[in-house]
Amino acid sequence: MKKNVKRKESILSIREKKLAYSLILPTMILVLSIVIIPLLANFWISFKPISLGDLRPPNLILKESVRSKLSPTNDFAKIQYRYRNSSSKYELNEVAFSDLIPKGIIVTKIKSQHDCKIEKNKLVCKLGKIKPKAFGKIILTITKNEFWNDNDNPKSQKPEATYKSTNILTSLQFTFENFKKIFSASEFWNVLKVSIYYTFFGTAGALLIGLFTAQIVNKSFKGRSFIRGLLLFPYVSPVIAVAFSWVILFDPYSGIVNSLFIQMEVIEKPINFFGQKYTAISVFGYKFNFPLALTMVIIFEIWRYFPLSFLFILARIQSIPQDIYEAAEIDGATPLQQFYYLSIPFLIGIIAILFLLRFIWTFNKFDDIFLLTGGNAGTRTLTVNVYEQAFAISNLGAGAAVAVVIFIFLLVFSVIFIKFSKKEAI
Amino acid sequence: MFWNYGIFCAILSGSAWGVFWQIILTILGILTTGLQLSLEIAPSFISGASIGFAYLFYQKNIQIKQHIIFVITTTLLIYGFTLGDPYYSEKENVFIELILVLVTSIFIWISIYLTLKNISIGKLSRYQSEKFYIRLLWGLGLITLILITLIPFYIMIMTSLKNQQSLILNPLDLSLDLSNGFSNLFISYIELFKNYNFHIFLINSFFVSIVTVLITLLFSIPGAYALARLRFPHKEWFSSSVILIYLIPSIVLVIPLYAVFSQLGLRNSLFGLIIVYPATTIPVALYMLRGYFSTLSSEIDDAAIMDGLSRLQIIFKIAMPLSKPAIVSVALYVFMIAWNEFLFAFMFLDDPNLFTLSRGIISLNSSEVPQQHLMAGAVIATIPIMFIFIYLERFLISGLTTGSVKG
Repeated sequence: MKKNVKRKESILSIREKKLAYSLILPTMILVLSIVIIPLLANFWISFKPISLGDLRPPNLILKESVRSKLSPTNDFAKIQYRYRNSSSKYELNEVAFSDLIPKGIIVTKIKSQHDCKIEKNKLVCKLGKIKPKAFGKIILTITKNEFWNDNDNPKSQKPEATYKSTNILTSLQFTFENFKKIFSASEFWNVLKVSIYYTFFGTAGALLIGLFTAQIVNKSFKGRSFIRGLLLFPYVSPVIAVAFSWVILFDPYSGIVNSLFIQMEVIEKPINFFGQKYTAISVFGYKFNFPLALTMVIIFEIWRYFPLSFLFILARIQSIPQDIYEAAEIDGATPLQQFYYLSIPFLIGIIAILFLLRFIWTFNKFDDIFLLTGGNAGTRTLTVNVYEQAFAISNLGAGAAVAVVIFIFLLVFSVIFIKFSKKEAI
Repeated sequence: MFWNYGIFCAILSGSAWGVFWQIILTILGILTTGLQLSLEIAPSFISGASIGFAYLFYQKNIQIKQHIIFVITTTLLIYGFTLGDPYYSEKENVFIELILVLVTSIFIWISIYLTLKNISIGKLSRYQSEKFYIRLLWGLGLITLILITLIPFYIMIMTSLKNQQSLILNPLDLSLDLSNGFSNLFISYIELFKNYNFHIFLINSFFVSIVTVLITLLFSIPGAYALARLRFPHKEWFSSSVILIYLIPSIVLVIPLYAVFSQLGLRNSLFGLIIVYPATTIPVALYMLRGYFSTLSSEIDDAAIMDGLSRLQIIFKIAMPLSKPAIVSVALYVFMIAWNEFLFAFMFLDDPNLFTLSRGIISLNSSEVPQQHLMAGAVIATIPIMFIFIYLERFLISGLTTGSVKG
């Protein structure tokens, strides 16, 4: 009897298992194929000498032209085939082409360095190997026979070419050049520094403002939920819209901030907020270079993402039982004491989690900086560098190598995050 | 110490509010009227301080009459300290200036009135003085936050309604010019739809976003149900890999996807985007829905099984209807991600007929296209999201709090 029950259970659990897999696997396969496979492909590409232009595989350009047309009065004509390897880097192998010769035409002479012959009524040429950029031509002399009529145009049929080309994406050619190049470039360490600067101050700033905002909105007042929605605008709007409005707001020529500052005589000359790497500032006679564009980008980051921290912290604050505050109030605790001794201990967990998660996401942020400064004026982070290497300098391999560096950082951060979040159990 | 005394608190809050409102309302005045006003801080500093001081003696019986008296006194003080010319403007517009000063006075007075509640002249207890400072900070903070949040949107909308000449003539003049008729305000919008194919971009954006939402839900609902409810080996592994995949940024994927999609001919197509977007949103959706499904009581499932429903029927007839709010949240959140997405649209699309709004606006960002067109484009891209946000805020906020550590 006991045994029977056990078997029944296991049949049920096998069915459940099967169902579970059939539910989750399609999802997993889709995600894996668009996320994990490209991730691996990125590693692959980072070891390849590949540029943007290589994505178009090398091909044979073959053109047929007819010189001096056959006509009732003209018995002889020439057909010329010109070929060219489109690639400047890769050779084409086993190149051959064939072309149909109309019935009323006879080929009398073939002028070519290659193996060309007429088989039945077909011209077959074996060109073999064609070096990068190499070109050549084949000239046929033709005449008409008794079947010839006006419609017999030698160009009526397009020549068909076959060839084998190496696809750099799938070939087994590897190199360490990309990594060597990015690590030896003097700007790389600078880029890394800027990334960490941006990430740290952007994350910490957004968290602090978020904490402050949460305290403010936590107090009940008229129109609170409306204000709460309003404060989320920067986060929910398209990045492209808000980034461009910031650019226009701080534009050195027609921007409102500069015009206002000039009119109020705060500054004499307009400041190019997003285009100036440093501005000299002297505090108490001590002069130093203030990284202007980077600071602006960080301020944008804080502006755009403080709503998120605010939302999370507010949710946590509102889950704190109110009676402990009432008890503290009766005991005569001042508001600051209440905040320090009651709220902070409750919030410290969510703040730590938010900091780590936002740190990871800010480190990976591309859009904001790209749209604000294009990575110029000392604001190039690792993510912008991926774009810069791969698509501006057209070196896909180097771009992929930078992406690998980003991924390694991400792994380290994620391990820290997972260890930490298990402790905190968010 | 001196900061514990009511008299110091009154003068401090009076002067702080005076300066604060003077700065904000002068700038606002410059932008909305186009007048050249200069910012005078000292008069409002002194006026505010005096009003705060005066209030301490009258706070017991404030009725409407007293309110009006205080506002008028503030106005008179400001005019007095500036010798009758509050903004030192060259071309004077007395009427507008009067209104502006009056509005400033009203704001200053109300703020002082609200922050100085229950403050006596003498020494305050620590509790009282902290309450006061927090109230002052709260008021200043709230208004500053609202302004900082809204200013870029204000600039965006106002710039989009201006025309080229007036923007060049005076960048600070964001007043609405109604002299050429109401429809003339929207000339940039008309231009965008007429000459820049924005209706196509709009349709493409809607198409891509809605299809992304549908595909995401189609795949993530069953997956999330399995993760939340069913027992199977390696379940933990699946769950944690969902979170890990969720952390992988698009910039790491863009090069290989660009390379492979180029060779497959998928790059310059909306189909390519429709493949990529769900793959980036499904992990979020799985994560959010799994959380929700596991809060549903499992006894319902057991009862349904007893009644002879299959698991698939349970998903459709029980789990989905019960978690409607969560599904709406996920749908809205995914819609928002797809609508706002920029990187893949920018990298993949070359053909203007396939542009989404993000991609289309990027193409406006050149020296040939005037900035009011760019801003009009930004407004067009923002409006649908705002619309959804305002009407379905509850759902979107719960979506944000469960899923949006990303972005």
